[in-house]
Amino acid sequence: MGSRASTLLREEEIEEIKKETGFSHSQITRLYSRFTSLDKGENGTLSREDFQRIPELAINPLGDRIINAFFPEGEDQVNFRGFMRTLAHFRPIEDNEKNKNPTASEPLNSRSNKLLFAFRLYDLDRDDKISRDELLQVLRMMVGVNISDEQLGSIADRTIQEADTNGDSCISFQEFIKASLVEKLCETCF
Amino acid sequence: MAELGSARRLPRFGFLLMLLLLPAGSALEEPHHRTNGSATHKKAFPVLDFNYEHVRIPFEISLWILLALFMKLGFHIIPRVSHVVPESCLLIFVGLLVGGIIKAMHDKAPILDTKLFFLYLLPPIILDAGYFLPIRLFTENLGTILVFAVVGTLWNAFFIGGMMFAICQIEVAHLGGVSLLSCLLFGSIVSAVDPVAVLAVFEEIHINELLYILVFGESLLNDAVTVVLYHLFEEFSHAGSVTMGDAFLGVLSFLVVSLGGILAGVVYGIVGAFTSRFTSHSRVIEPLFVFLYSYMAYLSAEVFHLSGIMSLIACGVVMRPYVEANISHKSYTTIKYFLKMWSSVSETLIFIFLGVSTVEGPHNWNWLFVVFTLVLCLVSRVLGVVGLTFIINKFRIVKLTKKDQFIVAYGGLRGAIAFSLGFLLPDDETKHMFLTAIITVIFFTVFVQGMTIRPLVELLAVKRKKESRRSINEEIHTQFLDHLLTGIEDICGHYGHHHWKDKLTRFNENYVKKWLISGERSAEPQLISFYNKLEMKQAMMLVESNSSARLPTFASAASLQNVQPKEAAPRRAIPSISKTREEEIRKILRANLQKTRQRLRSYSRHDLFMDPFEDNMSEVRFRKQQVDMERRMSHYLTVPAKRQETPSVRKVWFEPEHKVHTYDLDDGESPAGLSFRPKPRPPEGVDLVDEDTPQNTNQGTAQPGQEEKLKPSCCLSDPGPNTEEEA
Repeated sequence: MGSRASTLLREEEIEEIKKETGFSHSQITRLYSRFTSLDKGENGTLSREDFQRIPELAINPLGDRIINAFFPEGEDQVNFRGFMRTLAHFRPIEDNEKNKNPTASEPLNSRSNKLLFAFRLYDLDRDDKISRDELLQVLRMMVGVNISDEQLGSIADRTIQEADTNGDSCISFQEFIKASLVEKLCETCF
Repeated sequence: MAELGSARRLPRFGFLLMLLLLPAGSALEEPHHRTNGSATHKKAFPVLDFNYEHVRIPFEISLWILLALFMKLGFHIIPRVSHVVPESCLLIFVGLLVGGIIKAMHDKAPILDTKLFFLYLLPPIILDAGYFLPIRLFTENLGTILVFAVVGTLWNAFFIGGMMFAICQIEVAHLGGVSLLSCLLFGSIVSAVDPVAVLAVFEEIHINELLYILVFGESLLNDAVTVVLYHLFEEFSHAGSVTMGDAFLGVLSFLVVSLGGILAGVVYGIVGAFTSRFTSHSRVIEPLFVFLYSYMAYLSAEVFHLSGIMSLIACGVVMRPYVEANISHKSYTTIKYFLKMWSSVSETLIFIFLGVSTVEGPHNWNWLFVVFTLVLCLVSRVLGVVGLTFIINKFRIVKLTKKDQFIVAYGGLRGAIAFSLGFLLPDDETKHMFLTAIITVIFFTVFVQGMTIRPLVELLAVKRKKESRRSINEEIHTQFLDHLLTGIEDICGHYGHHHWKDKLTRFNENYVKKWLISGERSAEPQLISFYNKLEMKQAMMLVESNSSARLPTFASAASLQNVQPKEAAPRRAIPSISKTREEEIRKILRANLQKTRQRLRSYSRHDLFMDPFEDNMSEVRFRKQQVDMERRMSHYLTVPAKRQETPSVRKVWFEPEHKVHTYDLDDGESPAGLSFRPKPRPPEGVDLVDEDTPQNTNQGTAQPGQEEKLKPSCCLSDPGPNTEEEA
């Protein structure tokens, strides 16, 4: 299983990905074999349908949004590099890395990049604010169809009211971090 | 001694009195019987009789409990002492005193009987801890906790047992008679971290939740290990030798004990949850079901020598989400307070009895043995924690720092469980020596470690518990992250923690909830029930904070859901509304929880009495909103009878019952920011409002806009109460 995958993935590529994302050699080869198993068309890229074929993702409320996060703006295919780049956000922060190279650009899995990733899943129109509608959409996805719009609306209102400190009735990135204690959660999850 | 308040001298005096009367009472009885024996004597009919034997046992039990309660009261009168010394220490100290007094009177004191301890005193504490266990944190750290509990306890037991045996071999100690197995048995008894002691001390220092759950979880889960080791070594010390087969059986026994205990707990928990589904008509007995099922789980596990503590915890954990969805709010409060009450009394009694037993019990003080036990306990604990953390940190995302390790090691307190287990040993010289050593270790850990842990925590600047309430933001984002991480795990094909948690949650939602939760709440998503609970809590808070002397009946009516007579009181103030209409309205409100809230929300947004300084969106806005809300609430409630008492009374009456207190929800929205959002209102809701405002001659279905304009005006017309409360 592993050998077939690594012959298709050149060593230089593995090194590049390693440098960019920080994953280890074995992790990269394992993820590559997963990538190829998802890639039914065998053309080296994944389309949205490939992702949607994963059964658990279909029942995940955030499934569509997660899938979208893999595809860069306007594109329909994602290659292995892009795949790894997105997954790199979820690599746990390692202590020994922190001091390695302060001049290098921030690693993909830094705290703020993780939080930004989570924030962008809410904020679809990329205006750096979570508006009430965007929040409603997320809530609707998480809660299902049985709850009335009004009930959801009041939850959304309360959420915004709790988090919003500058009174623009939207949640900015900073407010998001503080209110949802996402930072603390991120620490324990990813 | 002088620091003991007079409050404490009283019960002791009363107790002394009773003890004096005891022999006096029995003496009095004798002549009484004797005179009756000789039938020829005709005695005068005793107007006043004295029969103490009749009530002796419950009387004495009550006296002890009263003593414990007075102690609890007394400690907080003297703030300085209670800040430095943890309560457990003071209680043991009191126990020592009482024991001393009893001994001075040459009377037999009640000792910490093992049966009393394990069957009556321990379960409430464990149930209280288990029922309110923070599940998420517990399961996230389950691996770490299990490693500490199982491997750590095993290491402690064998290390201490082995080293003590080596010590015993030293000629000087004259302890050659103590066999290896006895030492191992001793090691297993003294190595277990005690949940009662940990709770007592950690509760007061408000340490951060991770450390708390690590130490506390360990103290709970090591019960299985302790039980198995204890029985194992006890059996072996009778048999005299150990074989490989026995060791294998020991391991098997451990699995059976722990998994069996958990299984028993889960079964009882499910049955309890199922039962609570049908209790909607007899709310009063709901708490009893919770207590009894849990207690039965504990006892059933003890029957089979399974781990009773794990069974109790499992039962509480399994039962809680479903029971809480089914029972009334009042039952929930009852359960909470009864558990806290019982566990508090139990804990106090345990420590007092520990003190009494110390004075009472036959002691065999052997310097070498005791000192080495103490030293070895500390050493093995530190070694165990450090060693295990080194291994565990390789698997953890959030590593345990040196500070954390120190607290975990330092928080390994021994307590009454060790003492009771020691008490179970067969009566001989070694038992007394063991008991003395155990008591010394307990005293040391509770006194020295208990007293110094608070300054150490402050010195090391260990993270303290954050006092913030759980907000809806947190809840949403926690779920959001769960979904996100589950999705990522699925994409990677990695079946990790989140994947299984998601599967379990889905199974729970689709199948289990339907069986165990009654009515429509079975389909309610977690977010919604969380939100409702939050709103309910806020409602309760607002009503309680506003219930001044003027409105005692309303406050009590607010918290009662089923008691009819009290509702009659506020109802008397509303002459105009008929009973059937009220029922209708209440039913409608109950069903349309949200819609009612919508109505009230829009009301407050247009309330012209909004605080002027709310325009600055300062940090304390939220607090000010609440204050403002309370002001408006009390304005609402104190509207004079001339016009508005009727509607406001009705409002209060309904609101808490139907969880409608979301004024603060809207205060936050800036008046400038949000536009007025007219929402379609159900006709019923509007009707109620219409009846509120006497000015509103339109008794029919009013339009939303009209209704909104009317509401503020009803307030405007009443400047009186507002100035009143502002004063």
